Amino acid sequence: MRVWYTFMVIQAENLDYRALNEALRKAQSPCTVAGCCGQRFLAAGMAGKEICVEGIAGNALGAYLNGAVVTVRANAQDAVGDTMNDGKIIIHGNIGDAAGYAMRGGRIYVKGNAGYRAGIHMKAYQDKLPVMVIGGTAGSFLGEYQAGGIIAVLGLGAANKNIVGNFPCTGMHGGKMFLRSDCKDIAFPSQVTARPAEKADFEELEAYILEFCALFGYDAKAVLSAPFTVVTPDSKNPYKQMYVAN
Amino acid sequence: MMREGQVRIPSGCAIAAVISKDGNRMSGEKIYNAMKPMHDRSNGLGGGFAGYGIYPEHKDFYALHIFFDCRATRKDCEAFLKERFEIVKGELVPTRTIPAITDAPIIWRYFVDPLKSLLTARQIDEKEFVAETVMKINTEMHGAYVFSSGKNMGTFKAVGFPEDVGVFYRLEEYEGYSWTAHGRYPTNTPGWWGGAHPFSLLDWSVVHNGEISSYDANRRFLEMFGYKCSLQTDTEVITYAMDYLLRVQGLSLGEAASVIAAPFWSTIEAKTDMEDREKHIFLRTVFPSLLITGPFSIVLGFRGGLMALNDRLKLRSMVVGEKGDKVFIASEETAIRAMEPDAENIWSPAGGEPVVVKVKDGALQWV
Repeated sequence: MRVWYTFMVIQAENLDYRALNEALRKAQSPCTVAGCCGQRFLAAGMAGKEICVEGIAGNALGAYLNGAVVTVRANAQDAVGDTMNDGKIIIHGNIGDAAGYAMRGGRIYVKGNAGYRAGIHMKAYQDKLPVMVIGGTAGSFLGEYQAGGIIAVLGLGAANKNIVGNFPCTGMHGGKMFLRSDCKDIAFPSQVTARPAEKADFEELEAYILEFCALFGYDAKAVLSAPFTVVTPDSKNPYKQMYVAN
Repeated sequence: MMREGQVRIPSGCAIAAVISKDGNRMSGEKIYNAMKPMHDRSNGLGGGFAGYGIYPEHKDFYALHIFFDCRATRKDCEAFLKERFEIVKGELVPTRTIPAITDAPIIWRYFVDPLKSLLTARQIDEKEFVAETVMKINTEMHGAYVFSSGKNMGTFKAVGFPEDVGVFYRLEEYEGYSWTAHGRYPTNTPGWWGGAHPFSLLDWSVVHNGEISSYDANRRFLEMFGYKCSLQTDTEVITYAMDYLLRVQGLSLGEAASVIAAPFWSTIEAKTDMEDREKHIFLRTVFPSLLITGPFSIVLGFRGGLMALNDRLKLRSMVVGEKGDKVFIASEETAIRAMEPDAENIWSPAGGEPVVVKVKDGALQWV
């Protein structure tokens, strides 16, 4: 039997970002934003809601997100999940630049490609472990200044193209990166180590890949059967010698 | 009011563009509507547009769009123009009085033809002559400012939000095969009518989102070749750099892009195509002073085409999409969707990767 839920629908066409977020805060969960046309800061700081976005969500979608689950049925623009703390952002298309900027918790799942600087300055603390899985390819400066958390790039549909652009892991000093590729043509900076993934790495990654595949309809076994490269920084405090002993 | 150099204002901007590869003309309404969803990227201190193919009835004449502070300045400037050009037509640029746009200067346009006798006597190329005249007016004639000087194209700009500026200039009454647009959020310089984008010289126009840090290095280099940067804005310097590289030096668009957004030496060293590698080494060596550093995304408009370009680090956003014969470029996908809800192949060019779109050969015979 098919179950029909009554979703609350917010028509976004004539609302600015303040009015739209106000309507979202008042709305019952789950709810759908229809006709979104570039409003910024959608669902910023929200907790305990399920939100589905139709149309184009503006920059800083889910900024400071604090537990809500946001699903976007199209591409998303820049700075998705900026400084998010908890919750989930699921994007069925591509995302722009600087996704997950300084995120410190929660998960971002992207079916398509990411622009430049995905995962810039992601960080982890105690029980907070942010995770970003990018199904397609990522642009240059992936994981720039990464300080914690997990970034996975799967390169699905990338054929023989490099799955990340130039200068990945620049300034990386924490966290872990999983790249579904042997990365033979990718130049990493000297302060990180790139090595083939081992059994323990796959175990660490598996749950996220399973969730990704369930969301977007991929076969997890096939996704996991390819070689992965794991990148980690050599030291948690690479600048120690540069300034003072700390 | 305080002008450039007297005040520094701390910023984002919005850019958008559309071109028909078949040379089909589109109303200016399309482009100003594209700016509406990006409203928050501007702060009301500048908006502007450039349209190509909008003056087919005067296509053989340079269209000078000029701001004047008063009638006397206009009379003086007209006298000066008559010494250099045959003025085929001079008229007020049609505008609409709306509450959102205030303190408008006197805005005229002149369709002009350089006096052949002067060109012969001075042994100077027609475009060089027009560019020199524009520089002369903009630096020496207080209260007059030429903000558009190409053939069969025009720039329209003002202080205000871009969607209001489009209504003010009645852009829905113009039709062009390509349009560019800008919403300004000034950084460093005050918002006044002349400082809005696009910046334009001859057929070139530039809309720019960013803040370049190489301004002074670029300016000092360009001043050696007669370019006078009167506005202290980085966009003016980009316009002159493109004019110098493309018109004066005769570089291709791709080569000019490799000069201003040159790849890092490490990226050049890693190139396996030796010819391409040599070319990049050559361009960086010959034109080091025109490397533009700092964030920028620009759309360069020219006769028959557009070129979009990001800085090499891609510190600003830019998205490209297509539908049928049209190609769309904007700071945000939402602006593309405003022009064409069903746009396809939406993608983001890499930093330093020029996107050149030209009208097909033969499609512009009416221009």
